Amino acid sequence: MSVRAADYPPPVAPGEFVTAPSDPPEERIEVGVLIVGGGPAGLACAIRLGQLLEEDPALAEKLGDVPVAVLEKGKQPGSHLLSGAVVNPRALRTLFKGRLSMQDIPTYGEVHGEAVYLLTRGAALRIPPPPTMRNHGNHVVSVSQLGRFLAEQAEALGTAILPETVAQQLLVADGRVHGVRTGDRGRGREGQQLGNFEPGSDIVAKVTVLAEGTQGHLTGAALDRFGLHGPQPQIWELGVKEVWKVAKPLHHIVHTMGWPLRKRAKYREFGGSFVYPMGEDMVSLGFVAGLDSRDVELSVHDLLQELKTHRLLRKLLAGGERVAWGAKTITGGGYHSLPRSFGAPGLVLAGEGAGLVNIPTLKGVHYAIESGRLAAEAIVRSLQPGETPTRVGAFASYDEALRSGHVGKDLWAVRNMRNAFDRGFFVGGALASAMTVTKGRFPPFELHAEANAAQPLLRTGRAKRYPAPDGKLTFDKLSSVFASGNRTRDDQPSHIRVERRVPREVAELWSRMCPAHVYEVGEDGDDGFVTLEVTPSNCVQCGAITARGGRLTPPEGGSGPEYTLT
Amino acid sequence: MKIAVCVKQVPDATAARRIDAGTKRLDRSGEGALNAFDTNAVEEALRLKEAQGGEVVVLSLGPERALDTLRKALAMGADRAVLVSDEAAAGSDLVATSYALAKAIEREDADLVLFGQQSSDSDGAVLFAAVAERLGAPLISQVAELTVTGVAATGKRQTEYGYDVIEVPLPAVIAVSDSINEPRYPSLKGIMSAKSKPQEIVALAELGVEAARAGEAGSRTEVLSLAPPPTRGDTIKVEDDGAAAQKLLDYLVEKRLV
Amino acid sequence: MTGPILVFLEHHGDELTKGGLGVLGKAVSLSGDVAGVVLGSGVQAAAAKAGAFGATKVYVCDDPALAAPLPQPRVDALAALVEQTGAGAVLFASSVLAADVAAGLAARLDAGLNWDLAGLEVKDGRLVGTRPALGDSVLVEVAWKGGPCLGLVRSGTFDPQPGGGSAAVEELSVSFRDFSTAARMLDQAHEQASGPSIEEADVIVAGGRGLGAPEGFALCEDLAGALGGAVASTRAVVDAGWYPYSTQVGQTGKTVAPKLYIALGISGAIQHKVGMQGSGTIVAINKDPNAPIFDFADFGIVGDLHQVVPKLAELLRARRDS
Repeated sequence: MSVRAADYPPPVAPGEFVTAPSDPPEERIEVGVLIVGGGPAGLACAIRLGQLLEEDPALAEKLGDVPVAVLEKGKQPGSHLLSGAVVNPRALRTLFKGRLSMQDIPTYGEVHGEAVYLLTRGAALRIPPPPTMRNHGNHVVSVSQLGRFLAEQAEALGTAILPETVAQQLLVADGRVHGVRTGDRGRGREGQQLGNFEPGSDIVAKVTVLAEGTQGHLTGAALDRFGLHGPQPQIWELGVKEVWKVAKPLHHIVHTMGWPLRKRAKYREFGGSFVYPMGEDMVSLGFVAGLDSRDVELSVHDLLQELKTHRLLRKLLAGGERVAWGAKTITGGGYHSLPRSFGAPGLVLAGEGAGLVNIPTLKGVHYAIESGRLAAEAIVRSLQPGETPTRVGAFASYDEALRSGHVGKDLWAVRNMRNAFDRGFFVGGALASAMTVTKGRFPPFELHAEANAAQPLLRTGRAKRYPAPDGKLTFDKLSSVFASGNRTRDDQPSHIRVERRVPREVAELWSRMCPAHVYEVGEDGDDGFVTLEVTPSNCVQCGAITARGGRLTPPEGGSGPEYTLT
Repeated sequence: MKIAVCVKQVPDATAARRIDAGTKRLDRSGEGALNAFDTNAVEEALRLKEAQGGEVVVLSLGPERALDTLRKALAMGADRAVLVSDEAAAGSDLVATSYALAKAIEREDADLVLFGQQSSDSDGAVLFAAVAERLGAPLISQVAELTVTGVAATGKRQTEYGYDVIEVPLPAVIAVSDSINEPRYPSLKGIMSAKSKPQEIVALAELGVEAARAGEAGSRTEVLSLAPPPTRGDTIKVEDDGAAAQKLLDYLVEKRLV
Repeated sequence: MTGPILVFLEHHGDELTKGGLGVLGKAVSLSGDVAGVVLGSGVQAAAAKAGAFGATKVYVCDDPALAAPLPQPRVDALAALVEQTGAGAVLFASSVLAADVAAGLAARLDAGLNWDLAGLEVKDGRLVGTRPALGDSVLVEVAWKGGPCLGLVRSGTFDPQPGGGSAAVEELSVSFRDFSTAARMLDQAHEQASGPSIEEADVIVAGGRGLGAPEGFALCEDLAGALGGAVASTRAVVDAGWYPYSTQVGQTGKTVAPKLYIALGISGAIQHKVGMQGSGTIVAINKDPNAPIFDFADFGIVGDLHQVVPKLAELLRARRDS
């Protein structure tokens, strides 16, 4: 079959998420620097701005009553943050230089050794960690917990954090970004205004920073509006993770490859799993797989459940108990998918939303923090007397700092690695090793990627091998959504744009792909098409649907998961 | 008109709520939220202020973290916040809590004291009646509709038998039911200006609450132990071959449910 | 615990409420020294009925100040009675009125109040209660320090124990405080406790997607009618517009704990389970033998609910009429 999800695009009008400011002046809210996204990138930017403003009272005054504001769509910073994660501390050390040391920052300690396994159904073959996976000196963290910590630091330096606030539209006029319009609250399922309807507001600022993370809603709109897309389409992986209380502590980090993914190029299954100790009594484990996979029955949530039935993991989890679950996409395009520029008049892009993730090393958090810090410094420069943040090229120094610093260098070195795995596991692995050894100088050609939704689909009966949930080791999607803390209000408009009448294969693709059981294959039409059933209140806003042919937009502020340990 | 609204910070109702096995008290270390039922009380107070002018003060008894919750009420539009926060108050039951809260409310000399219907963490709809007693004020509970003039309040009280209409002279204590209104979302301006509204933290001694009447010492109930609820036992599962309905009826009769 | 147990017997019209009589029966099983308390105006007839449910003594305060079902004058009466009798405990069946009275009394006497009690017993001479907490996921054992022990018992926990017999009636005269009598009842509710809301119902019949179509709710209503219960729903069917949101049970709807919960065509996903897992007895009818609801139901039927339910309703009606 040559059905492709990309043939059924979502109902989104061009430029729908960009508009001009419309609130009268006395109703609009003015801040100095507006940061969209309360994650590591946005908060690092806010912290650095706070530090710089301490030393520049003239600028602080120029920025007004609210010099720095951070909009966060979750209940609080951290509610929507999820990652493995093993973090390189260098960006945190630089950010907090002279103020805090790593001891003051909540982490689960340094990595004390690592093991990489190549799995088959029955065995685990230990292999030497590939050069990309050297984590000595890195720290295991919960990025959700780190987010809460960074938010406190930012607030202490004067940032106003506005939780449960969604940036719905980018405000653009006179060729520059003025700020954002926030989302309405209190609408019913049909869009009608409920008794406590509260319309969104225009928030205007001298500079707007988009640090929305994966599938950044306004980032996508900004890349379109300002022609900033990179040479290759962006692609994503989907990660599903759980946190477990365990009986026996784990003392080293674990990565696995191979089973339950299939090696042949035609399936295009790229990914693996991780298990990271969180102190003496918890572990974080997750499965990551590329959303360019071709089998309609591939479900990363179920792959994670299947993984846990392997001897190696059963042993690890024996006597334990699942305490958290979550899912999120990871930006995977690397260097070739980076935007042409990380800024535009009045606008700066930071963090994962700007594509700054290194998939082969599974690192992105410290790039996010570093980019946030560099963005703050560039913003302060652009606000000095004689300068302006609204001219074309105002943030060229930020671009330069990113590309020529360690962030850009790292990404360049691995720029072809992900795409090498198009050739399957073995060829890909060999290519990847060659790339690492030559620090990216080999191969001399560039490997290209297609957008996730453009992959042709096939069916292999893979779903038959997923384990039936037993409620102790393996779990179904709905109880997992519950464990994410998701209590999204039912009576609100659907935030998911997706074509509702699609071929059965596409409906099945989405239904399996989604870790939160949002999509179901509905009634059969006579034309080979089915109706796609959507339950938006299950959505944990992982973003997979955007990668695969739909378009996630933010629901009402405060909706979605309430992660604390992920 | 001066309106005092009593609110509570409750643990966020996510899947991780638990009772601490050591202290046998609700583990409140997670992030807190404004008790949903109290938002109705704050909303009602704001509507009265918008119609008749005056001041809305929100009060709470809790750890310093509870200031976050009071700020949410300020973001909705309340004018001032008072937090009674004192380590000595930890472990207070109804007797101790109502005593301390009444002392804090007395300081305000309010015309109207509003409460929400109940709190989502302990599910008791009891605090307001205890406070009314200590204040020596008339009480209407479960109010689904409230009208206030300068000297009296009339409430439509929801009972098992329908609605009573009750009138009380001011000052009075009113507990509103969750059907009385739809609480507003705080506006962005409200959220940003909340921080700069007056917020006061008061210790028990400042209120004149003696140590013997506070916390566990001042409480008259205790928790002895915790247990998981009795397991249900095995499921009796039958396939329907036409006789299942009868089998179910026999089961219900045997259990005296019909 | 020393001194008598007083049981507040609420009345509506001329009848004592079932809840109070149930608590009376339980109190009698715990102690030989139990007295009922009836407070109102023109309540002699109602008070006399308490004997038939186990009370050997009933205190009555018959006063115009108590004519309306308002809580605060009742606090005055009970406080006076506690002082007079040296009562060791005062027990209430939970109701809107009783909660206000019990809490006011707790503050008046600085006496401990435990509420939502699902069990009571005397252990080593001490009154001990059990109550569920955290959405019925934990059972807590509670007690009192000092006396009297005030307890609010969860609705429907204890059933009245009719046994014949009569009670000695003792009149009580009370002086009321000014603020206690400041409230005026302008218009009193007089409905009979009509078709229960789902939060109050003893029996709930809930319908889910397995009903197949909105018309399926006719089956739920029919069965609920035959059982004298209320109809509830799940998020899925409310989303689909089959039934109103006010009947939704679950994580984003209401939490209920009736004596009997019958789930028709409901899979039992955790989002629904957390709203009803405290129910006394759970019955499930579903055509999918692997539905998670069968893991926690007490009685499950794997079958077509369109066949089973009408038959059950018919059998129930036949039994009631016979």
